[in-house]
Amino acid sequence: MKAVVMVRPKDGILDPQGDAVRHSLRKLGFDVSGTRVGRVIDLELATEDHADAEAQIRRMCSELLANPLIESYEILLEEA
Amino acid sequence: MTGRPRVAVITFPGSNDDHDAAWALGAVGADPAMVWHQAEELPADTAAVVLPGGFSYGDYLRTGAMASVAPVMDAVRAFAEAGGPVLGICNGFQTLCEARLLPGVLRPNRQLEFVCEDVTLRVENTDSPFLRRCRPGQELVIPVKHGEGAWYADEGTFVQLAARGQIVLRYVDDVNGALGNVAGVVNAAGNVLGLMPHPEHAVDPLLGSGDGGLLLAALVDAASEHRLVAA
Repeated sequence: MKAVVMVRPKDGILDPQGDAVRHSLRKLGFDVSGTRVGRVIDLELATEDHADAEAQIRRMCSELLANPLIESYEILLEEA
Repeated sequence: MTGRPRVAVITFPGSNDDHDAAWALGAVGADPAMVWHQAEELPADTAAVVLPGGFSYGDYLRTGAMASVAPVMDAVRAFAEAGGPVLGICNGFQTLCEARLLPGVLRPNRQLEFVCEDVTLRVENTDSPFLRRCRPGQELVIPVKHGEGAWYADEGTFVQLAARGQIVLRYVDDVNGALGNVAGVVNAAGNVLGLMPHPEHAVDPLLGSGDGGLLLAALVDAASEHRLVAA
């Protein structure tokens, strides 16, 4: 099954990249008061079982995909 | 056991200060051994490990994240857990944090600029084996060169680390937005040090500063002691 993991800087964590993007957007004339930059990871898993997929992805996030000190993540599982 | 202690210098794909580290370690009395990231074991007589600076795995995902799960890291972890001295410099510091062998994490510099300059550090704890050759409060001039050097930990962790003397080096001036101007931290046992500045680039006063030699020579001292304990 396919899955998407969205990793974001946690609330309250300084995000200089997001701030720089916001400054550039404002320079382009957009009235943006907040910008946070994270990353998206598309996964293709062998399993078709939702619970199994979610459990695996949580382990992936804790072991590599996200750093829990500074990042939160969200998992989207593709409906078959 | 006599002779120079063997110090393993790990090379990851994208490491670029590994040979400088090996040269500098040789200059302060070590017998450096280059170890490839895919090695599953350290050389049998390894008495200390250095994770060098660079851009391992192209800084993919987060700096040090990929290196922290490289095959060699199981051996490095086992060596550290057995009390062996481990030093992470710059990308090596990032890797040790990602491997959770050190507390905290290195974030992009607050100013979003790569900093490449000599900085002044203050020695905060000379009980650490890595700083035994320094005086309390001594100021060291050692260069930094990094884009992701802003050390961060949550407030509770930070206060605890400071109280336990695990924050061993601080920048005298704000260099990158690091919490508490932290430049270097040790683990709870005290045998693992990570720092953003590059001691291997400050081992000869003719090239600006010899202050990094104090840290590397102390690592060699610790390596010699560990070799005796392990033997």
